[in-house]
Amino acid sequence: MSSTPPSTSAATSGTAPETGTARVKRGMAEQLKGGVIMDVVTPDQAKIAEDAGAVAVMALERVPADIRKDGGVARMSDPDMIEGIIEAVSIPVMAKSRIGHFVEAQVLQALGVDYIDESEVLTPADEVNHSDKFAFTTPFVCGATNLGEALRRIAEGAAMIRSKGEAGTGNVVEAVRHMRQIRGEIARLRGYDRNELYAAAKELRAPYELVAEVAAAGKLPVVLFSAGGVATPADAALMRQLGAEGVFVGSGIFKSGDPAKRAAAIVKATTFYDDPKVIADASRALGEAMVGINCDDLPDSQRYASRGW
Amino acid sequence: MTSPTTPAAASPTIGVLALQGDVREHLAALQAVGARPVTVRRPEELAAVDGLVIPGGESTTMSKLAAAFGLLEPLRSRVRDGMPAYGSCAGMIMLADKILDPRSGQETIGGIDMIVRRNAFGRQNESFEAELDVAGVPGGPVQGVFIRAPWVESVGARVEVLASYEGHPVAVRQGDLVATAFHPELTGDTRVHRLFAELVAEAADVADSDDGGDSPGR
Repeated sequence: MSSTPPSTSAATSGTAPETGTARVKRGMAEQLKGGVIMDVVTPDQAKIAEDAGAVAVMALERVPADIRKDGGVARMSDPDMIEGIIEAVSIPVMAKSRIGHFVEAQVLQALGVDYIDESEVLTPADEVNHSDKFAFTTPFVCGATNLGEALRRIAEGAAMIRSKGEAGTGNVVEAVRHMRQIRGEIARLRGYDRNELYAAAKELRAPYELVAEVAAAGKLPVVLFSAGGVATPADAALMRQLGAEGVFVGSGIFKSGDPAKRAAAIVKATTFYDDPKVIADASRALGEAMVGINCDDLPDSQRYASRGW
Repeated sequence: MTSPTTPAAASPTIGVLALQGDVREHLAALQAVGARPVTVRRPEELAAVDGLVIPGGESTTMSKLAAAFGLLEPLRSRVRDGMPAYGSCAGMIMLADKILDPRSGQETIGGIDMIVRRNAFGRQNESFEAELDVAGVPGGPVQGVFIRAPWVESVGARVEVLASYEGHPVAVRQGDLVATAFHPELTGDTRVHRLFAELVAEAADVADSDDGGDSPGR
């Protein structure tokens, strides 16, 4: 499971280092809390994101809005592009693999990305199985629309969860739905006794141990971010007030009129999510927001959130 | 906001810089050792604490947010005036006088006479756990969790190296300033936080009896 440890030629104290542990994988996401992770398609965009205060970037070939527009099969990005982005910034770089495409994930690990997003935004490669995420040193983030889905991903080894939302729409309604769903189900578990937790685990289609852990802690055992539809500083602050520990912003930044300014504004609103004055200031003079899509108008085949199970 | 006038010694008020990062874990660790933890995002909140923890996170982001919200100068001035501070990982970078390879515009609070190298142990795939002996921390080795961690390239004469890994200092102290490249807050082991809380309580005691004035030890 763990890969070759770093050279121990001159170790001065302690035991041999262990890589890829749950603590190291989950702990990495803990460091991102309170921050904004931004979709970028070029090294220049990655630099703009870093300068604006992003805690990480997601290296993509096309942002979700363009994947929607262009259609066709959406796959892992070109390794040259990912390497170019890794070279350009010092913040962590994430990249997406298709659901169940564990070879794309192997490639991303070999490229040295810091986190792999097994993402419904790409076209699924397996309609039954997600990737076995314990098989990797690189940690995974996965999307979820409800608590059961989140816990199944964690049981497969996900070290971070993001609510799915509906990527590439600029419409926050699905992100809100999924965050409220996950948080609401966690709150309900809090009131259950031991007898009821067994039934809850069956209903959630998730391992009992994880369900009991969530019931006791009142939170997921991994970091929970929000994704899919955040386009404004107020959207980001909304998701944090609803319980997200940070936000992913995809098309919302680089599909807007002034990406650098909007990126910095969303970062500020994410940190001061409970201070309306700061959010108001951050929301001024940002230029055009991305054009949104009404999610009710999306045909089922275009609903990314229903991919994965 | 004025700081409470009750003696701080019993349970010092310790802030956690809450711009970004693993704030919750530090709050929990401080709570567990009997300190009164509060989050700090504004200058007036900073003014009310006896000591400050700078959490793990992304050092570039933290530095930018600190500058954007007018916290950098207040932070520097409180550290200069002797406020005890402890930084883990990104917090270690923030407390360094110098970064070997800063990003454009990346500024630190400073205070510890050292040069740090960011992401020195490598990217996430090289992140690791290992046991470490840390001087001043009793009761056996500490489980060091290193996540895209920095190390200390070189230190000045007043800096005490508390722990090294592969020949690189990874825990240091200068007066009332402490920094670790690893994350004790992720392990449930609160010994490093206890050490810091005691140091804050002592410093607050000295400040009370001296009624301000000179800053001890530095």
